Amino acid sequence: MTISEERSTEVTGDAAGHPHPPRKLSWTQRPGIFSQNIITALVFAVIGYAIGHWFGNYLSSGYDYIQNSGQNAIANTLALAFGVVGWLLGIGALNYPVAKLFGVDGLDEESPVDNWTKYFRYTLDHKVVGLQYVVGVILFMFTGGLLAMAIRAELLNPTTHLFSPDTYIKIVSEHGTIMMMMATSIIVGPLGNYFVPLMIGARRMAFPRIEALSFWIFTAGYMVIFSALPYGGFPTGWTGYAPLQTQAGPGMVSYLLGFAVIGIGMILAGFNQAVTIINYRAPGMTWSRVPIFVWSILATAALLTLATPVLFAGGLFGLLDKTVQTAFYVTEHGGSSYLWQNLFWFFGHPEVYIMALPGFGIAGEILPVFTRRPLFAYKVAAAGMIGVALLSFFVWQHHLFQSGINPDMRPLFMLTTELISIPTGFIFLVGMGTLYRAKIRLEIPMLFVLALFFNFLIGGVTGVFLSDVPVNVTVHGGFFVLSHFHYTIMGGLLFAFMAGLYFWLPKMTGKMMNKKIGKIHFWMMFVFFNLTWSMWIKPEAAPANPWESLGLEWQTASPVPAYNFERIPVIMTDPYRYSEEGAPAYADLGVGGSESSNPSMA
Amino acid sequence: MTNQSTNENNQPHHLRKMTVMWVILSVVGDVLFSIFVAPHVPPGRLTETAAKDQTDFNILFEMAIPVLFGVWIYLSYSLIVWGDKRNPNPAFSGDAARTNMKAQVSWIVITTVTVLFLAGFGTYALIVDHGSGGGQGPNPAFSPSGALKAETAALVGKATWSPGSKNVLPVQVIAQQWKFTYRYPTFGGFESSQLIVPADTTIAFNVTSLDVIHSFWAYQLGVKADANPGVNNVAFTTTKDPGNFIVRCSELCGIWHGSMYNSGKVESQADFESWATNTEAANSTNTALLPAFAWTYTPDANGADGGYYNDDNDPYSTVETYGAKQPS
Repeated sequence: MTISEERSTEVTGDAAGHPHPPRKLSWTQRPGIFSQNIITALVFAVIGYAIGHWFGNYLSSGYDYIQNSGQNAIANTLALAFGVVGWLLGIGALNYPVAKLFGVDGLDEESPVDNWTKYFRYTLDHKVVGLQYVVGVILFMFTGGLLAMAIRAELLNPTTHLFSPDTYIKIVSEHGTIMMMMATSIIVGPLGNYFVPLMIGARRMAFPRIEALSFWIFTAGYMVIFSALPYGGFPTGWTGYAPLQTQAGPGMVSYLLGFAVIGIGMILAGFNQAVTIINYRAPGMTWSRVPIFVWSILATAALLTLATPVLFAGGLFGLLDKTVQTAFYVTEHGGSSYLWQNLFWFFGHPEVYIMALPGFGIAGEILPVFTRRPLFAYKVAAAGMIGVALLSFFVWQHHLFQSGINPDMRPLFMLTTELISIPTGFIFLVGMGTLYRAKIRLEIPMLFVLALFFNFLIGGVTGVFLSDVPVNVTVHGGFFVLSHFHYTIMGGLLFAFMAGLYFWLPKMTGKMMNKKIGKIHFWMMFVFFNLTWSMWIKPEAAPANPWESLGLEWQTASPVPAYNFERIPVIMTDPYRYSEEGAPAYADLGVGGSESSNPSMA
Repeated sequence: MTNQSTNENNQPHHLRKMTVMWVILSVVGDVLFSIFVAPHVPPGRLTETAAKDQTDFNILFEMAIPVLFGVWIYLSYSLIVWGDKRNPNPAFSGDAARTNMKAQVSWIVITTVTVLFLAGFGTYALIVDHGSGGGQGPNPAFSPSGALKAETAALVGKATWSPGSKNVLPVQVIAQQWKFTYRYPTFGGFESSQLIVPADTTIAFNVTSLDVIHSFWAYQLGVKADANPGVNNVAFTTTKDPGNFIVRCSELCGIWHGSMYNSGKVESQADFESWATNTEAANSTNTALLPAFAWTYTPDANGADGGYYNDDNDPYSTVETYGAKQPS
């Protein structure tokens, strides 16, 4: 099954869409108790954990002092690492490489049964992976949200305490870490995996196995990070600064290993998206015809692929410091407390844009639909995203402004940080230009997008304050920063995610969200920046194209067939030609597709 | 306004209205801000450094207000005027124009000019104000005159300061879990848990840590500098009048991070001198037990206290530790 055999950009293809004939099922895939699913994954993970823990204690048996103490970082690290491998083995993500290793060919990895259980299996269909991600990130966010409410509960009163300082610091650290790791995947994972192939007219992602693997690694990473709490938590906050990191207890291992594990998933997801977008676009989809959401995912994919390895290396160094007593971050033994800060933020600042860019993409995708206008300054928007992606690698030292870095660097990083607000500001040019002389329909997705502009403006302007070193002296590391990034991530990204969900769930599920509850949700969330889960009551059946969008993803049949398009569509013109008389249809879908009819003119 | 399709040739009309609203609201907003809010913006005006930082903060606020109002007015105006309920004319959907070169170019030019101005101004303020009170690391590039001389002299016990001398006063800030202590090399290197500094004096704070990363944040002085183990992080401030200020740790450093604060005082030069000389005399027996004054103290195997005390005098050590001998 090589890529060249079934390049899905070929116009002609098997109409049924199956890239290879069905094969005999191996025992692991037969429906029933022995087929691989989330339960076998859990069982394997537990077995892996036990083996790893035993092995770690065995390896460190020379050190009576830590062996079997519960503080043995070697045993904890190996237990979690083996647990992750067990999880992947149990879910079946390693079947193909292992089979190849032993020369077995022709393994069929399709889900053995096409019912709801496929959502709990290792599945190669990008639409299933997308929906798995939707549930995954929401679960992830729910956990982080509960911890956030615990923080708010403790802060209700400055003198009456709900938690001991020890517990409180664990909650704060776990909240930050879970939310940050969730947020890196919240749009790329669910909406990126589901809609990028549909929007570029492809039948699948470039590497379906890696796509599925990235989801199951993501869930494993979630569990590893969460395991910090039963291990006693970690006191460092989500930034994990060394040497506090080196000093911390066994929960720190979960943090470091969790970052490394999720990091692998992010790198895999990133290059998979990039390869898909570059190589799998339908014929006729030149770069100036690529939907803006796809541009944003491409820019994000570049960041994921290039920035995350640094985090991975940083986490590994920390693990080595904790297990085999290296001294990467230990000043008195020749390491440096600055090394972690630099590695972490060299990843951490691009990460901010990993979170922001897909949000801009969703805003750009939804605005034309609900304004009935072409996206204003499309090329500037795409260029802005690429510009942000490039510049984001040159701003990280503003997180170290007061740390005692080389003082000459401060004007330089002040300049780059302020420069990045130019391409970031393009999204406002695009948004405001698109609203000009529009016909605005205030549907729920549109409300969320407008709220994004409102919130992100505050987040962006406060970012300029932070980049100014004289002002930074006062606000660095304080509540100003806290509000700033909650405005960008919660007010920007999360609102974009909600906009995207309300916009695309009708396509994903065939159900319209309840409008009244949706509006209540919007206003509650906008006012309280909170309360998120109330949209599934009394759903109506969704029309094929409820928002009268011109986007390619709405032109396929509903529900989307297994291989997306009966025939690979041919892209005829630019996207977003709303309200233009005589404009040709965006895509020619061939048989059965909606041939022309520009719905905006209906 | 209610019927867009008859209004095709009158596009600047909208922009003019928005501009008028924007100018009025921005001017009103900026004036109200400078009267009611600006005097209370952190970090206040206790020191010259703080006052300059506050001015910079206010300049940014005054620039941000028109930006915020611009976008908000535009959004509200669009929703009111171009909402589909107000525009029932089915013949008109949106304007099909894809872009407008003039709008794009002027947007890019305006944002670029603003941003470059801000970067230039920030750099100017940073250099003129000797690092604006931020930690500049061991080799401060933007130091006030006489500072480096005083710092070098302090290491060999030759730094002097007396009322009216106009000398820079070096003060060492030692952070550890979870408190700050202060050493005054000009006064025999005594160590105090109280931070008292003289008025009308340039202070060189030398911030270091004995264990993890902390951050020395003297709020009203306009000073913030991270405390890294084994690193001397220098920050300058120039005091004016006597007053009180608080010191907080501004970098998460473990469970009692939230309790790591104390208060400090700017006193008149004469009061400061008498406090310092008295404390020096009262602490002379303790000072003899401390390690020789140095800009950093390498922690050793004993952890948080490590190496700060000579091994012979280490009150917590049960075993002989290695290394960590200070140069005498």
